[in-house]
Amino acid sequence: MLDIIPFPAAPHVRLGSSSGQPLTRRDGLLKVTGAATYAADNHPAGMLHAVVAVSTIARGRVTSLDVAAAKAHPGVVEVITPANRPPLAMDPDGKHGLFGFRFEALQNERVRYAKQPIAVVVAETLEAATEGARLLAPTYEVEPARIGFENGERYDPPTVGIGSPADFDRGDLAAGLGAATHLIETEYETPAQYHNAMEPHAIVAEWDGDRLTIDTPNQAILMARAGFAAFFGIPAENVLLRSPFLGGGFGSKAILAGPQILCILAARMLGRPVKLVLPRDQMFGPVGHRGATQQHLRLGLDAVGRLTALEHRAVAMTSSFDEFIEPAANASHNLYASPAISTRHSAVRADIGTPGPMRAPGEATGSAALECAMDEAALACGIDPLEMRLRNYAETDPATGRAFSAKALRECYAQGAERFGWAGRPLAPRQMRDDSGLLVGWGMGSALFPAPMFQAEARATLRSDGTALVETAAADMGQGAWTALAQIAADGLGLDIDKVEFRAGSSELPDGGIAGGSGHTATAGSALHSAGTDVIGKLAEIAANDPDSPLFGAGNAGVEARGGRLYHGADETRSESYSDILARAGLQTLEGNGKGGRDPANAEARAMFSHGAVFAEVKVDPDLGQVRVTRLVGAFAAGRIINPRLARSQLYGGMIWGLSFALHEEALHDRRTGRPMNADLAGYHVPVHADIPVMEALLVDEDDPYVNALGIKGVGEIGITGTVGAIANAIWHATGIRAHRFPIRIEDLTE
Amino acid sequence: MTLSICLTVNGVRKDVMLDDPRVTLLDLLRERLDLTGTKKGCDRGQCGACTVLVDGRRINACLALAVSLDGADVLTIEGLADGDRLDPVQAAFIAHDGFQCGFCTPGQIMSAVGLIREGEAGSDPERIREGMSGNLCRCGAYAGIVEAVLDAQRLANEERRVA
Repeated sequence: MLDIIPFPAAPHVRLGSSSGQPLTRRDGLLKVTGAATYAADNHPAGMLHAVVAVSTIARGRVTSLDVAAAKAHPGVVEVITPANRPPLAMDPDGKHGLFGFRFEALQNERVRYAKQPIAVVVAETLEAATEGARLLAPTYEVEPARIGFENGERYDPPTVGIGSPADFDRGDLAAGLGAATHLIETEYETPAQYHNAMEPHAIVAEWDGDRLTIDTPNQAILMARAGFAAFFGIPAENVLLRSPFLGGGFGSKAILAGPQILCILAARMLGRPVKLVLPRDQMFGPVGHRGATQQHLRLGLDAVGRLTALEHRAVAMTSSFDEFIEPAANASHNLYASPAISTRHSAVRADIGTPGPMRAPGEATGSAALECAMDEAALACGIDPLEMRLRNYAETDPATGRAFSAKALRECYAQGAERFGWAGRPLAPRQMRDDSGLLVGWGMGSALFPAPMFQAEARATLRSDGTALVETAAADMGQGAWTALAQIAADGLGLDIDKVEFRAGSSELPDGGIAGGSGHTATAGSALHSAGTDVIGKLAEIAANDPDSPLFGAGNAGVEARGGRLYHGADETRSESYSDILARAGLQTLEGNGKGGRDPANAEARAMFSHGAVFAEVKVDPDLGQVRVTRLVGAFAAGRIINPRLARSQLYGGMIWGLSFALHEEALHDRRTGRPMNADLAGYHVPVHADIPVMEALLVDEDDPYVNALGIKGVGEIGITGTVGAIANAIWHATGIRAHRFPIRIEDLTE
Repeated sequence: MTLSICLTVNGVRKDVMLDDPRVTLLDLLRERLDLTGTKKGCDRGQCGACTVLVDGRRINACLALAVSLDGADVLTIEGLADGDRLDPVQAAFIAHDGFQCGFCTPGQIMSAVGLIREGEAGSDPERIREGMSGNLCRCGAYAGIVEAVLDAQRLANEERRVA
């Protein structure tokens, strides 16, 4: 096959001494002392508290609200309902831009899902606002709720995820299936899951004339600023959005939500700052979730276990009035080689809040089904599950035929298997027990996640004292942007990280892009690095043209920046500090700018993904069906790792989300009322300390010259893929029982 | 109706005039005493983000009415460090990367401090996992947290031996 890529890779940048170091978090001190300021910690003078009243029905109309009772409660200042809600500059039911979702901002009395906002009570205290909301005692004209796949209207969505095609075909599926020796036909169901960041959505809004200041956690600060401004008919630059720390995001804090708009409205209406924090139960309505899926796969295999055809069909649940179609079937596009791949999506409308992107949207659900199906295929062919994956190893991207920018998946398999001790695993299930008689099973799964880049900008300012300020509106929701991005910026400037002041998390700064899609470090990092090299380029030019500089005549290319000094490329003894160069030039500061984004030629030529392999051990009580995950080992190749300490934490987090997906998380909606029945953290299970086994995340070296000049991919989401399948497959290996729905419950494992 | 209570918060005696008996200790700290380090994650005792020590014991501040705590001694995350000197648990959380977003962290740390003071941490990670299971971390920083608690407990043991 053609091995020559007609487009050049980006020039490969040698990073300096900060990148690659396992530095502890630069925001660590603030976070362990309680000094890190999250949105709800703000308390401007004269602030009022708002509480949203939400519907207790899933479809119908609000026919009455006892506004008088609420207003009569001491401390209540105002009750906002559709009857008195001031106008917005844009229709909340319009679709505005790619990330524009329809939302409820009291535009009418219609109820389209349970826990939808139907009124806002504003009061002097939180206690009064809470009681005021209760006193509204709404009555409704109720229409029957349509809940579940079988009760909703089915349709074919034009796109899935964020603008991806709903259908995909490559090769001849019928021929591939016809040629198969073994045919696997299987189904998997995944439930609705809610992000449930530990920090509930919160906002503090304050107006000064037509200028708005909002403190609210946000994953895409400049994009959100434009959105908020548009809804209030003011220029974007009139909005100051501060989001220095997000208490978790996972996709739910990238999209404008009704309660935020209502808080800003209340502040404008009343001429005072207003704070609104969603109670936990309201996190199960207006702020998105991972939509439920039903997936159907057919795998054709030849006699030695190679795929002849791979078909993946997904039905995804969405709301009655908008759509986000969990692109589950697309997980089958890029992982395993198959002469025929066919994927389809359809959708079902139900009376629920609109789903949205949640950590690894599509990849998590789709990979869960695909990895289980591959295990079923291995069983049918009588080969080891890891060998099965190796026999179907994709040397080029199965969806496009393009070369991979880099793919160290084989090394991931090898290192993960070695570390886990996979060799010698019995093929048949129910072969292993521990000392106390528990069934033991081993399973594995492949992990894959795209390595996208978006757009970001950054500014770097070198100061006369040899320190620098670097700025971009990056968002840190826990992934470690405050640290990793500062490391990259320091290297771009050739400075020790302690000499670099990093400002992020505010809309006053250059656009830092989106903290999502596992592309933030690559994108904002590239912008910061190039802003640094821009400054250094200017500085080098000054020095090279200054007859008094030891670098005189060196020319830009002949200068190297490190440790706050420029060195002559051909003669290391000729060097000068940044401060001296600036001082002689009479400059207090020197500014540079940078952009982050993918080289379009490389994007066109190469398929870009992070890869990994996850191995799980479970123990299952043979009588009670109780499952414990006892070991998890993941090995991941994701380009250059900027900070191994933080990258490992991200991977652990993803793997724990995989464990949660496999065994814990599920939102249940009552079929009669449409209400979520477990809208709290006692009923909606996420793993606790005691659920988490001994874990390891191996960082497999991978040099990727094509993704970007820094070689950075991302690690935020890949951990969840592979892990779900690995655990489900280990449960099969322990018990011989193949569960076809998630989470896998005790009742699925008892006969 | 005004209720007067007296609390010691982080070593400082505070006379609090409460105009509302519904105020929880958590909301008192956050909204009225400007101590926002303690976080509200669920407001019903299910997540542990609001964990503080009251008279030396771990409690969920969201489940305690402020009026019921007249005379109590309250320790929050803001009162844990001795000036610039971090409590060993705080330092261990940084060293072991026992947090990501940081929102559950004040509760995790106060819970860990409580666990160690209760003599329940020990050197068995399994025991620590059980003892810390009232504190949820959605980012999944559990591995680092357990290592941090083990480390801090080890340090506490050494100090006890020296003393």
